[in-house]
Amino acid sequence: MTRVAIVDYGMGNLDSVARAVEECGGVPVVTGRAADIGSANRIILPGVGAFPDGMRNLKERSLDKILHEQVAEKGIPLLGICLGMQLLATRGWEGGETEGLGWIGGEVRRLQPGEGNTRIPHVGWNEVFAIRESPLFRGIPEGKDFYFVHSYHFLCDDDRDVLARTPYCGGFVSAIGRGSVFGVQFHPEKSQRAGFQVLRNFLGV
Amino acid sequence: MLKIRVIATLLYKGWGLVKGVGFDSWRRTGSAMQAVKVYNMREMDELVFLDITATNERRRPDFALVDELADECFMPLTVGGGVTTVDDVRDLLRVGADKVAVNTTAVTDPGLVRRIADRFGSQCIVVSIDARRRSDGTYEACTNSGTVATGRDPAELAYEVEALGAGEILVTSVERDGTMSGYDVELTRRVSEAVSIPVIASGGAGSYGDMVHVISEGKASAVASASIYHFTQQTPLEAKRYLRDRGFAVRL
Repeated sequence: MTRVAIVDYGMGNLDSVARAVEECGGVPVVTGRAADIGSANRIILPGVGAFPDGMRNLKERSLDKILHEQVAEKGIPLLGICLGMQLLATRGWEGGETEGLGWIGGEVRRLQPGEGNTRIPHVGWNEVFAIRESPLFRGIPEGKDFYFVHSYHFLCDDDRDVLARTPYCGGFVSAIGRGSVFGVQFHPEKSQRAGFQVLRNFLGV
Repeated sequence: MLKIRVIATLLYKGWGLVKGVGFDSWRRTGSAMQAVKVYNMREMDELVFLDITATNERRRPDFALVDELADECFMPLTVGGGVTTVDDVRDLLRVGADKVAVNTTAVTDPGLVRRIADRFGSQCIVVSIDARRRSDGTYEACTNSGTVATGRDPAELAYEVEALGAGEILVTSVERDGTMSGYDVELTRRVSEAVSIPVIASGGAGSYGDMVHVISEGKASAVASASIYHFTQQTPLEAKRYLRDRGFAVRL
């Protein structure tokens, strides 16, 4: 039985993530309590919203500490989704500079319009191209469409942390991973079959 | 490449889903849950669920209903109707909405758009603009489910709410809605050219060709429709194949 703690830090759509985890065979616990996070085999850091609010909420609830213990020290696998992925960075630049969790070196900056009709936010279905072997994308065809809704993106310090890229605004990093820490800019819980495969893969890592 | 989205609109009125003509003459079209399940199975790109009587009945969104629907909805879900506060948005997101649409309040209290964007990010706020065409060819935005004329130009309104932090515009032609006589391409184009955020065209789709028209000439990022799926044999999958065969990127 895979107990999955879905971290509730007051930032958005937690229910959908819980339902998707359930459909994928995990046992979701939507929680803001350190004890629940401490006893989970997998942790999902979801999130809709602004970077500074996300970090402030994690800190106010002292969740950064328990996450650090479980993830950075004990190696419990964590998946950050959307804002949850961005918070893994060293720092974010949404509404000024904010320090992130710093588990994967990099910065979060606003997407810059590229050529043609590139509107921001980047909303809708777009392709994800895995650029290296990763358990997260096992069984998923190259260039499969996933659902995105975001205005900021992750710039990795080290290219080896980049798992996948997506062609928009000149191309951006749509999945990252280092050890047992993963992040996806898209919403697997809203990406139907392909999204569920990513979640199943995460439950299996 | 970012795909053109094919979206179904679900209009909710008290007891179930309805579809009208010109924001009037509502017909029942079935249960909301059934629709969500069917569209889920058919891999619709996105759903827009609008509680069209909430504002005029001065009530908050039906969170319990949205909670139930969202539990079965494994595709992006935008929810609107009766949203007047940041707390409404927080609670809708909490029960499973991905984006929240505001229409009347975006005009009566534009500051709400900014407050929502500041708190939850631009990407989760959709401003829905219902517009009527005047006899001189200009357009006027309406609120309260199309019943209150604002005197505002929809393109200017879209431009203003973008500056306040709106992440997307859903633009609906009141008189085309439900007629299946084609989108108001001119209205969509004016709004699309006024903003740099995505625009969803709505109101009037009767054929796949209408979708092509509003994407290529109206510059829409997404096409929303309801009647075409309720009252004809046309399907979202066929719509996407039709678009693909004409050179548009869609998700298949």
